[in-house]
Amino acid sequence: MQITLKINGKPHKVEVEADTPLLWVIRDQLGLTGTKFGCGIAQCGACTVHIDGQATRSCVTAAADAAGMDIVTIEGLSGQIADEVQKAWIALDVPQCGYCQSGQIMSAVALLTSTPRPGDGEIDAAMSGNICRCATYVRIRQAIKDAAAKL
Amino acid sequence: MDRRPAASTIERRTLLKGLGAASAGLIVGVYIAPARAERPGQAQSAQSDVMAAAGSQAGLFQPNAFVRIAPDSTVTVLIKHIEFGQGPYTGLATLVAEELDADWSQMRATSAPADVELYKNLAFGMQGTGGSTAMANSYEQMRKAGAAARALLIAAAAKSWSVPAGEISIEKGVLRHAGSGKSGTFGDFAEAAAKQPAPAEVMLKKPENFRLIGTQLTRLDTASKSSGKATYTIDVRKPDMLTVLIKHPPLFGATVKSFDDAAARKVKGLVDVKAIPQGVAVYAENFWAAKTARDALSITWDESKAETRSTKEILAALRSASAGAKTAVSRGAMPAGDGIKTVEAEYVFPYLAHAPMEPLDCVIEADENACTLWFGSQMQTIDQAAVAQILGLRPENVSIITLLAGGSFGRRATPSADIASEAAQAAKAFGKKRPLKILWTREDDITGGRYRPLYVHKIKGAVDGTGSIVGWSETIAGQSIVAGTPMAAMMKDGIDPTMVEGAEDLPYAIPHLKVDVHTVDVGVPVLWWRSVGHSATGFSTETFIDELLALAGKDPVQGRLDLLAEHPRHRAVLQEVARMAGWGDKVPEGRARGVAVHKSFNTYVAQIAEISVGSENAPRVHKVWCAVDCGLAVNPDIVRAQMEGGIGFGLGAALYSAITLDKGRVQQTNFDAFRGLRINEMPQIEVSVIRSAEAPSGVGEPGVPPIGPAVANAWAKLTGKRVRQLPFVGDAV
Repeated sequence: MQITLKINGKPHKVEVEADTPLLWVIRDQLGLTGTKFGCGIAQCGACTVHIDGQATRSCVTAAADAAGMDIVTIEGLSGQIADEVQKAWIALDVPQCGYCQSGQIMSAVALLTSTPRPGDGEIDAAMSGNICRCATYVRIRQAIKDAAAKL
Repeated sequence: MDRRPAASTIERRTLLKGLGAASAGLIVGVYIAPARAERPGQAQSAQSDVMAAAGSQAGLFQPNAFVRIAPDSTVTVLIKHIEFGQGPYTGLATLVAEELDADWSQMRATSAPADVELYKNLAFGMQGTGGSTAMANSYEQMRKAGAAARALLIAAAAKSWSVPAGEISIEKGVLRHAGSGKSGTFGDFAEAAAKQPAPAEVMLKKPENFRLIGTQLTRLDTASKSSGKATYTIDVRKPDMLTVLIKHPPLFGATVKSFDDAAARKVKGLVDVKAIPQGVAVYAENFWAAKTARDALSITWDESKAETRSTKEILAALRSASAGAKTAVSRGAMPAGDGIKTVEAEYVFPYLAHAPMEPLDCVIEADENACTLWFGSQMQTIDQAAVAQILGLRPENVSIITLLAGGSFGRRATPSADIASEAAQAAKAFGKKRPLKILWTREDDITGGRYRPLYVHKIKGAVDGTGSIVGWSETIAGQSIVAGTPMAAMMKDGIDPTMVEGAEDLPYAIPHLKVDVHTVDVGVPVLWWRSVGHSATGFSTETFIDELLALAGKDPVQGRLDLLAEHPRHRAVLQEVARMAGWGDKVPEGRARGVAVHKSFNTYVAQIAEISVGSENAPRVHKVWCAVDCGLAVNPDIVRAQMEGGIGFGLGAALYSAITLDKGRVQQTNFDAFRGLRINEMPQIEVSVIRSAEAPSGVGEPGVPPIGPAVANAWAKLTGKRVRQLPFVGDAV
C-alpha cells in the first residue's frame, strides 16, 4: 500500500506492507539511520521517535498507522529544548558506544517538553524504557537536569 | 652510523632508552612503520565524514602508519583498536597530540585498516582488542608516532626558516622561532615535512611536562553520537545492497536437514534463500521483507549432534565433576584440628549473554579476487583469515573497514570469527556481486550462544583460634573459552587461564591456598564477557573473604587491609574508597554497606555499595563509591565513565541476568526476559581516580568485578543471608 509519511516536516510517499514497522521505513526506505534498531518489541527504546510530540517506539508502530501524523526523528530535532539537551549530552560526554543515544535524546526531549523541571523520579520514570547497555545512566540523569536548568 | 632500520624491517623497534638533559624527556629510538599506499576501498571509511579529516590524499603528510596531517592542519590518528565506547579514539589520539604539541581542537580519529604488520596489538601479536589492553599496549607506540611527526615538522620549519631545529618550539599546534619571530601551522609545513628523512630517535616528554595527558579532554566521538550522525555497521548503505537474515538452529550443534521456502518466496522483496553452514540465509531488498520471509521458512533440523540438556543437568555435571582436576596454584596445607573453624560454600554463576545494543552485523562485498567487509571487527586478523579461507582469497586481499560498534562486552571478539564467517558464507552461497548486509535480530543475539560460561565454584576456608584466616581451598568447574579454538595457545598446563584469573592470584596473605580446575565439555558455545573469569572469581573470592572475616570477628575493610600488606595498590584503593564513603560512620536506618576490592587486567578497583531491601526481595542499591588505580590515567573522565558503566553493567547482571536452557533451548529471547539494568535501578556513583605514575592499564573491564560482591556483602549484613547464586532475582538455575 502507498502512504504518505510526514517526517521532519517533509512529506514522503512510500510503498509499505500493512505491517511494516515505521522504524524500517525510516531506516531502509528513507535512509534516516540515526534511529536505531535494538529489540523489535518496544523493550529498549533505541528506535524512539516523536509522533505528534509523543516519544514513540517506531519498531512496533506500523508505518501505515503513522500516516499523516507529525513524525520527528533525531535528524529533525530542533528548537531550544533539543539544543539544550544535545549540548548537555556533549558537555558531559554522555555517550560511550553511543548506539542507544538517539533514542535516549528523543525520550529526554519529550520529557522536558512535557515536564520542564523533572525530579529524579520523573526522569527515571520517563527514561526507564530506554536501555543503555553501557549504563551511561548517571550522566543521562545529570544531562537532563543540566538541560532543564538552562530552559 | 645510520641507526635507522631498513624500511622493510617493520618489527624492529630499537628502544634506546636513555635520559636526556634535565629539562628534556626520554630519548627513544623510533621506528614507526610508514603508512601504506591506500588500497582500493580503504579510503572509504564510513567514519571519515564525521570524525576524520577529509579523505583527500592531496598534500597529506603521513609521517607514519598512525598519523596524517592535512593542509588544513587537522591531525587524524589511525586507531588500531575498535571504538565501542571505552574511548580508544580519544585516548590514543591524546597520546599523539601530547607528543606532537597539537591543539586538541585539531585532532581527529579514524579506524586503522586490517593490517597485522602495522596495527597489531603489541600484547597479542595480532590485530585485535580485548583484555583491556588498548591503552596499555599503545601508550609508548602512539607517543612515539606523535613525537616522530613533530620532529619532521620541526625539521621542515628549520629548513624553511634557515634556523637551528633546536630553537623551534611547538605550542598548541603552532611552530615558533623566538629569535626571528617566525611562526607557522602544521599545515604550512605538512608538504615539506613529508620530504624530510625519518628521525632515528626522538625525545619523549617527561610526565611532569604533559599538557593533555591526564586532563579532561572531550571525547572525539561525542558530538556525532549525540546527533544520530555516527555511522555503525547497521547504518551502512550501498547501491544494490541486500539485507540478509539467517535462521540459526534452535539447538546448539544442530544443522539443516532440509527446508521448504515456498511460502518465503512469496514475500515481496525476497530475492533468494540459501542453506549455509550456519543455517538458512534469506536475502531480501530490506529488513522487513527478510524478516517476514525468514518467519515463513519451514526447516527440518538434524539434532542428532545437538546439546539437548537443560541448565539443571549441565549444572549437575559441573557439580559432580571429580576426575582429572588440574591444580592452578597450591601452597601450604589445609590446617585441621582443635580451634580451627571451617566454612564451605558453593557458588553458581549463570550463563550470560553480552547483549550489546547493536546486534551483530556485517556488510560484505566480494568478487573472485577481493573482498571488503565493513563491520565492528574486534579481532581483525582472525576475521581476515577466516574470510580469506572461506572465499579462497589471500588474507591481504580481504579488506576490513572497522566501524564504530554499538557495544561488545566481548561479543565481537570471537576466535571463530562468527559474524565475518557468516557474512563470507552468505556471500559465497549467493554468488552474485551485490553488497550484503548480514543482520542479527535481538532474538538471534540472545539465543545465539557465545555466553559467559556457567561456573560452579566450591570454596573451603579455615580460621584459627586467634582469628587468623589460615586456609583457602577452591575448586572451579566450567567450560573453557579458549580450548579447541585458534586461541588455545592461551592454555597453561592444561588450564584455561580465564577460568582461574582472580582466584589463583588471590592477594590475601593466607598460608594455605589451593585452586583446582575441572574443565567440562558442554555443547553451549561460550565466550569472554566483560571482565571474563573475574566476573565470577571477583564475586566468589570477595564474598567468601567477607564471610571468613565475619567469622574471625574482623571489620571488612580493616580485615582486608591486614591481609594485604604485600599489595600496596590494593590497599590504596581500599583506603581511598573507605575514606570517600566514610566507612564506619552511621548508615541510615534500613540500609547497609558492603565492600569489595579486586584487581583485574592490572587495574585495581575497590567499591562500597549502600543498599536497602528493594522490590522482588532484592537489593535496592542507593549509592556506590569507587576508587580505581589504573596507573597513569590518560583521560580521567573516561576512566570515571568506565567505572560508572562497569558498575551499571555488573550490577544489572548480578541482580537480574541469566540465560537458561530447557532441553537445549534457550528460554530467553529478548530484553523482556534477559534483563539488564535500567535507569531507575542505577545507583548514584562517586568515583575517585588514584593519581599514579605507573604505566597505564585498562579500564573497560575492571569496574565490573567488585560491584556484585560489594552488594552481596551489604545484603549479608542487612539480611544475614549470604548470596551463593546469581542473579539475585529469580531462581535461574
